[in-house]
Amino acid sequence: MHGRIRTWGPGALVLLPTVLLLGYFVYGLIAWSFNTSLTNRHTARKGPADYVGFENYGHLFGEDRFLNSLKNLGVLTVAFIVGTLIFGLLWALLLEKGVPGESIFRSIYLFPMAISMIASGVVWGWLLNPSQGADARGLNRLFEILHLNFLENPWWTAGSRWTTMASIALPAIWQLSGYIMALFLAGFRGIPPELREAARVDGASEFKLYRHVLFPQLSPIALSALIILGHMSLKLFDLIYAITGPNQFRTEVPAIYMWNTLLRSDQAKAAAIAIVLLAVVAVLVIPYIAYTVRQESEE
Amino acid sequence: MRGGLSKTLALVGAAGLLAVSACGNSDNSSGGDSSASKDVTVFTWWADGGEKAGLDGLVSVFGTECKDYKFVNSAVAGGAGSNAKQVLANDLQAGKPPSTFQAHAGAELKDYINAGQVDDVSQLYKDYGLDKAFPQNLIDNLTVDGKIYSIPANVHRANVVWANPTVLKKASLDATKAPASVDAWIADLTKLKAAGVAAPLAISKGFAQEMLVEAVLLAELGPDKFKGLWDGKTDWAGGDVTAALNKYKTLLTFTNTDREAIDWPDALGYVNTGKAGYTLMGDWVAAQQLADKVPDTAYTYWPAPGTSEAFQFLSDSFTLPTNGADPDGAKCWLKTVGSAEGQKAFNTKKGSIPARSDANPADYPKYQQSAMADWKKDKIVPSCAHGAACTLGQNNDILSAMSQFSGSPDVAKLQTALGAAMKTS
Repeated sequence: MHGRIRTWGPGALVLLPTVLLLGYFVYGLIAWSFNTSLTNRHTARKGPADYVGFENYGHLFGEDRFLNSLKNLGVLTVAFIVGTLIFGLLWALLLEKGVPGESIFRSIYLFPMAISMIASGVVWGWLLNPSQGADARGLNRLFEILHLNFLENPWWTAGSRWTTMASIALPAIWQLSGYIMALFLAGFRGIPPELREAARVDGASEFKLYRHVLFPQLSPIALSALIILGHMSLKLFDLIYAITGPNQFRTEVPAIYMWNTLLRSDQAKAAAIAIVLLAVVAVLVIPYIAYTVRQESEE
Repeated sequence: MRGGLSKTLALVGAAGLLAVSACGNSDNSSGGDSSASKDVTVFTWWADGGEKAGLDGLVSVFGTECKDYKFVNSAVAGGAGSNAKQVLANDLQAGKPPSTFQAHAGAELKDYINAGQVDDVSQLYKDYGLDKAFPQNLIDNLTVDGKIYSIPANVHRANVVWANPTVLKKASLDATKAPASVDAWIADLTKLKAAGVAAPLAISKGFAQEMLVEAVLLAELGPDKFKGLWDGKTDWAGGDVTAALNKYKTLLTFTNTDREAIDWPDALGYVNTGKAGYTLMGDWVAAQQLADKVPDTAYTYWPAPGTSEAFQFLSDSFTLPTNGADPDGAKCWLKTVGSAEGQKAFNTKKGSIPARSDANPADYPKYQQSAMADWKKDKIVPSCAHGAACTLGQNNDILSAMSQFSGSPDVAKLQTALGAAMKTS
């Protein structure tokens, strides 16, 4: 018995602070939020609140504003993931083919990641100025100077949900493409050169080489990239807040709506939004975790 | 060697735990310290510009009047107070209120009152003679169920249009007088557009649009029915509201396309640089123009068209939080805020007018003198955009509806949304 403790004891002791902190600050607070979301605590007043079951959730899903924010989030996530994967893969391919001064390009592409979302949001807020023609500023001004007038558009301030949320996704794509590039580049570099040589010897064209030999090797990386981007998009708050400000119906996502709700001390509703958001993240992340755990146990 | 490693690991783990518990301890002790000292923490969102200058003025008066106490600035910058309100909500929730905090006088205070976070200060009004110094209609606007919960530092006017006479001259318009009604204003805007001013009415995002719609409602409905919109006596679904909102929709067609992307100082900039003829904004513009060194001959101002007999007010005020750290120090701050010297030191710098009616207009710059005269004779109506007429929650819903309307103008939808917003709390 004593011997057993000697084997797992120190390890457990090392893990204990993490487990305690995580248990309290993550899982404990999730439970607390869920509990709040079931009550009628709609003010900041302290004292006991009554349980109302899932009433808050019922109200949320009957509310235009919340459904609008969910749809916005869906469009944003799709635009963001697709855009980032395309640019990340494209840059990785270009660098993988070999260019002079590769490290410089790598730094340039990765650099935006070093900037906080709130700071890049402020700058992109200026760049995405909706004025056109003679008054154009920001990106529209650039298009004006380059005589690419057809590219000028009102960005997120007018037009359909797709143009609105794709404009919001643009800065996020700019910021994270470099990271995805690094992931893919590492993936390409990890593929043994013998594989390529073998394929070339077998007479595979360059396209077929990528299609049948290299890309299949990258699928685990693509999956992680998808998960990372997906959950980042769901949490996106600071960027949107910096570009459009609060209370902007056109670009509101659940995270912003939650903040707005909390500002007015409607704690039960804010907690309900938080739990919905958590559920959406879980839908994305849990299958991934299950997949990785199975992979690891197979190994 | 192996035993040594596990021992090291155990030590590291124990050190981690100690560090965690130490954090908890230090937090508690700092909380104890602040309640024992005579610091008065004053929470505001006045972090720069004319607002900061006004606060500094108050602090200097506080320094001489309340020698026993030390002013501790706990201002949170940015977002027209929205960041500050979030921080404040957390502090109040955690049971660690500042000694006193800034809040818009009027309905916005209801959130704090309902949550049991602010104390009744009616007695202080009698102690400091404020019940006689403040005009009765302001006190009426501050009273909730017979009690008053804050002491106003100033009064601002919301329904002011700022115009560039040089631009108006292009269409031979009279810059010295406001158009008589919203319709007359639309006619003038049409002339300006014909004279080559692409976006004659400069406007910015969020609350600026809310202020414009309020000004139109005030002009079309008149002060009494307008007041009724906020206390439930006027029906939001009425035909007169529909007509007013349609006029607002027309006004929007004369505005700059980047209205969702800019803030009010940018819109004011459009007027100053001659790109626009008018902008509607509260009278803190006067302080901004002073700070930007725009000569007062380069711009003119009048009450928003059709609202000349109404003074749409908002007021920054200070509260006495429940279970605050040092209530006596806070009361001394409140006394300073309400006093004649305090109001003069604050308002001459912030561009607002004193809430006291015994102030001497000669102490104030040109704009404030005219506002003080209006404050005495006009009908006082509250502004929702600045918390006098509605709560944070209602304002939040209205702002969301305004931004939706700005993107795709649908009057029926806006009208329903505004009515629904006032039904929330």
